[in-house]
Amino acid sequence: MQALLTRLRAFLGAVLLLTTPLAGAQLSIEITGAGAPRMPIAVAPFPGEAALGAGITSIVRADLERSGLFRGLEVPPLSPAPTEASPVNYAEWRARLADALVLGSVAARPDGRYEVRFRLYDVVKQASLGGIAYTLSKEQVRATAHRIADFVYEKLTGEKGVFSTRIAYVVKRGNRFELQIADADGAGEEAALVSFEPIISPAWSPDGRKLAYVSFENKKPVVYVHSLLDGKRNVIANFRGSNSAPAWSPDGSRLAVTLSREGGSQLFLLNADGSSLRRLTSSAAIDTEPRFSGDGQWIYFTSDRGGSPQIYRMPAAGGEPQRVTFEGSYNVTPRLSPDGKTLAYITLNEGKFQVALLDLSNRQVQIITDSDRDESPSFAPNGRMILLATVIGGRGVLSAVSSDGRVKQRLSVTAGDVREPAWGPFTE
Amino acid sequence: MRLAIIATLAAAAVAAGCATTPEQQPPASVEERAAKPPAPVETKPIARVDLTSKPAPGNPLKDPNNILSRRSIYYDFDKFDIKDEFRSLIEAHAKYLRESPGAKMLIQGNADERGSREYNLGLGQRRADSVKRALTLLGAKENQIESVSLGEEKPVCAEHAEDCWAKNRRADMLYSGEY
Repeated sequence: MQALLTRLRAFLGAVLLLTTPLAGAQLSIEITGAGAPRMPIAVAPFPGEAALGAGITSIVRADLERSGLFRGLEVPPLSPAPTEASPVNYAEWRARLADALVLGSVAARPDGRYEVRFRLYDVVKQASLGGIAYTLSKEQVRATAHRIADFVYEKLTGEKGVFSTRIAYVVKRGNRFELQIADADGAGEEAALVSFEPIISPAWSPDGRKLAYVSFENKKPVVYVHSLLDGKRNVIANFRGSNSAPAWSPDGSRLAVTLSREGGSQLFLLNADGSSLRRLTSSAAIDTEPRFSGDGQWIYFTSDRGGSPQIYRMPAAGGEPQRVTFEGSYNVTPRLSPDGKTLAYITLNEGKFQVALLDLSNRQVQIITDSDRDESPSFAPNGRMILLATVIGGRGVLSAVSSDGRVKQRLSVTAGDVREPAWGPFTE
Repeated sequence: MRLAIIATLAAAAVAAGCATTPEQQPPASVEERAAKPPAPVETKPIARVDLTSKPAPGNPLKDPNNILSRRSIYYDFDKFDIKDEFRSLIEAHAKYLRESPGAKMLIQGNADERGSREYNLGLGQRRADSVKRALTLLGAKENQIESVSLGEEKPVCAEHAEDCWAKNRRADMLYSGEY
């Protein structure tokens, strides 16, 4: 009886957490548009989870809802509270309109750590879709919840989830510039670099361990590579003139950059340690914002060689650039989708800077945002969402839009301008 | 630190209009020194470097009545050609650089906030390059001048309106010690 009461109390604690906003989140997320039919999923509170402090199931549910593909169902208190080891009453969950169900439990281990077990069920097919057990410390609750959400997302959609990935962005607070790293849901923000001079163009290395960026700490733009684990910073390009727009090759061995050392703004290639400089473009125009294609064969970039800024591509080994965008007088900041089929960029559309998607196979262009000061689109590593910077009410905010344009979210930070988002890669 | 002091001293010398060249004043040779009688003990004043003080009057770069105290060139939207109203300013600085071979200049190009940050960095670079080109055509040495861009990152005016944007479409000429 005592045990039952304890479990019940723990359970009630978890329910309370479900209704509380995520504590400690620096970026708050507001879903401003939702996609078409979302799969109803029940994530039942895990008995024992109150001992972990943060509501692990509420984070799982919030992750899934943020994707725009799921609707988290309210789960009333159940007695006895079901766990992954309980027999599943499919009829009862079906009556609650759940298509999918996550059950689990949390148990304290003798070593002071915890064990989380969970199992995912297809309620319609009345089948288990698998489950995992994790051991974790209290500090790893968020990371574990994101792993669970990734498992659920992948089993139910067939695509990898991005809940365990991280994002980088720059916050300007007063005269301070902070390069921040956070979980994909905006929580767990940590500053990698704080400066009194601007920081722009963060770019993740393909292994997710380093960021290349441009810092103005020497009163001019200089490209650095910053190792996130030890904070070690290397100057990669500090030539006479301006150094900017770093882009990693897919194997992480090289960087494309924009340099003005030979006059104008031109594309150059160098090794990731800054050695072996080679010029890529030779024009009287501004050539900038290089991006490698996923196979490393092409470099997409912005150039005004035709009179207005447009997107071009050229072989990464060097060669003649070909124009890629034709509609409109201002198309900049090319970003390829992870599958290489779509190009996202910023277009000036009737006086508004908005995110456009170009289907590279059929040349169809679609504008997917309705804001007017969009910058720096960045694909999630599964290609589902695009993170971007925009301005709402005179303040810089981050926004996320699904690549079909149907789901929109806004991420804002209190007392600061947020800009220059970059979505990090999948990491093991 | 030492470099900074040397640079400041050099700048002060230039500013005082008494820049010396090796030809005018060769260093004393060892023989000459040995031939002189021992010098009496003197208390020479220490050459004080005060970075907190106002610039000495007579420094043409700081004298508000001197055209050289003006450092900014403004541009039209998406343009980088130097408008006629700035010709005399460019000519004055070119003359100064010509006559002060030790002087070094950093030109910072700027852009307004509209559009891509990196493309705006390119626009700012183009503006800074245009000033550098004009100065070198008028006789300044290429190695006296570095042109860089701050893009839209260091606006002097923060409103989101054309009045402000016009102030931010700018190239600034800075001399050693001013940046």
